[in-house]
Amino acid sequence: MNNNSLKISGSNLKKRLKAERRFRYYGIFAISLALIFVLILFTNIISKGYSAFYRTLIAVNIEFNDEINLESIKEMSDEEIKQIDLYSFTKKNIYANFPEIEKKSDKKKIIKLFSIEFEEDVKKYIISNKKNIDNKNQVFLTASDDIDQIHKGNYSRSIPEERRRVSNFQLSIYDKLVNQNRVKFEFNVPFFTRGDSREAELAGLGGSLIGSFFTMILVLLLSFPFGLFGAIYLEEFSRKNRFTDFIEININNLAAVPSIVFGLLGLGILLNTFELPRSTALVGGITLSLMTLPTIIIATRASLRSVPPSIREGALAVGASKVQTVMHHVVPLALPGSITGTIIGIARALGETAPLLLIGMVAFIVDIPGSPVDPSTSLPVQAYLWNDSAERGYEEKTSAAIIILLGFLILFNLIAVIIRRKFETKW
Amino acid sequence: MDMNKKIKVCVENLNVYYGDKQALYDVCMDINQNEITALIGPSGCGKSTFLRCLNRMNDVIDICKVEGSIKIDGEDIYNKDVQVEKLRERVGMVFQKPNPFPKSIFENVAYGPRIHGLAKDKIELEEIVFTSLKKAAIFEEVKDRLDETGTSLSGGQQQRLCIARAISVNPDVILMDEPCSALDPIATAKIEALMEDLKKEYTIIIVTHSMQQAARVSSKTGFFHLGNLIEVNDTETIFSTPTNEKTLDYVTGRFG
Repeated sequence: MNNNSLKISGSNLKKRLKAERRFRYYGIFAISLALIFVLILFTNIISKGYSAFYRTLIAVNIEFNDEINLESIKEMSDEEIKQIDLYSFTKKNIYANFPEIEKKSDKKKIIKLFSIEFEEDVKKYIISNKKNIDNKNQVFLTASDDIDQIHKGNYSRSIPEERRRVSNFQLSIYDKLVNQNRVKFEFNVPFFTRGDSREAELAGLGGSLIGSFFTMILVLLLSFPFGLFGAIYLEEFSRKNRFTDFIEININNLAAVPSIVFGLLGLGILLNTFELPRSTALVGGITLSLMTLPTIIIATRASLRSVPPSIREGALAVGASKVQTVMHHVVPLALPGSITGTIIGIARALGETAPLLLIGMVAFIVDIPGSPVDPSTSLPVQAYLWNDSAERGYEEKTSAAIIILLGFLILFNLIAVIIRRKFETKW
Repeated sequence: MDMNKKIKVCVENLNVYYGDKQALYDVCMDINQNEITALIGPSGCGKSTFLRCLNRMNDVIDICKVEGSIKIDGEDIYNKDVQVEKLRERVGMVFQKPNPFPKSIFENVAYGPRIHGLAKDKIELEEIVFTSLKKAAIFEEVKDRLDETGTSLSGGQQQRLCIARAISVNPDVILMDEPCSALDPIATAKIEALMEDLKKEYTIIIVTHSMQQAARVSSKTGFFHLGNLIEVNDTETIFSTPTNEKTLDYVTGRFG
């Protein structure tokens, strides 16, 4: 046989090809496994959480009478309307919708079909329809969490009655309402505008969205300029000596420190020593800034280093000073990389929970924060809080909060990728 | 030597160290005004180091130490009072690899005059930019695309743009560090022709690896070897009857 044949002959070569194929399969297997897990995670979260974006309302006829005079209400301002007590008025009206029910205990059960704050729905209706309001009105009241879950199919009706939170009697009423077309299913706007609540059907992300927004703005304002100028100084101006080596090692180490350590720092220094207000976006922002700072410095230094020295030489050679060279030529070229690093750092800070638990941003806060010094929570902490609650409604809301959080993270990373693609200079 | 030639740069006892390593040993050299002086020698012989001493580009290297004196028009450029930015305005530099700023062609040339405040207004600045581009023999090729980035030009055009950038601040001396080593022969020929024009106004010092180039363009040539300036003389003499044996070996291609 010709020894120089190009066809596969030797067993050695066959073995090598086999090994190569095997290696490729390992890679494909690993990637598939990772993708499957991501898929499972996403399907799980989305299938559990999407129903939180809808809410159930029940139509109720409300009739104004002598007790609540329509003419006097029309004279009132919005603020005054919010102050009047419509609780028993609304309750009586609800009973009037079910004239066939007379037993007191059954009446109580009827009331339980609605959210505890049903009078608020009536007030909202009055305020938004003040001009053309009649004596007789059909008002949609928020359904209670149990009915909401039944309507969404999250709560099985086949559970025996004694273990079910909704009685057969209530179910029969609910079915009747559905048949009469008096149950409305609509997009859950209050979920995005309301703060947290002890009632699962009323709890919203509004407060934590604003809290996260304030926190992230603070992180951006504090960590980006400090990180940028710190990196510029270290990379372009500082002399290389033991002290700067020491600083460099520490920055690299800080980037790897567990985030809870920064929480302890915030607790010990910001809250205990400087006595800044507890549970606020201000303290959260400062704490997370400290965590983000090393990431930004490292990213900025890397992109400064990737600017070719020939650009610096070109500028120096026409007589630019060191500062002019850096500010006119090097920094503009390094900025896209620095901004990408900042966005990724902020995305990480947005998803951070542990340090915020330590500085008290984990409290139950109903009011939507109006400023960074108001008590607030953040998105991941809200998800954490809801996950701890027993009611069914919180389960879907936990997943919904995580969907929103993941949405923001994907958005941030997308922006970072776009900036890098668009502005990155190739050499 | 021709006595009516004016000496522009006078280097005396120049010693340069990178940390513990000495890169140049007692270099003494006079460079005539409005001439092209070529510096040749094998890689690592110190010719680029020598060139970068003339506009103090070595200052940016922390471990670099320079001893001796370099006088331009009788003024010691390593004097404490000398402002290095001012020096580099008078001594321009063109690098081995064309390094235009990733900005528009116009901005590339306008940058120098702008930071030195050489133009009072936009019209004057435009004037300077256009003159510089014309002097660098690139104006005709780029006049319709001044807004495009400098990096979009071809290699040879980029290098002429860098020359335009160097002369935009109106220097006396132009240092060229192997300006043609990244270019093809046609682009090289264009740059060499350009240098011939430029020497009427500027004193040019060029480091080159190509002995043919040194022979073609320069009036004087210095030969460096292992940090020593072995021999400096009229280019013709260096290439025909050098006094030093090493120079002869180098120019005849026996080593390097």
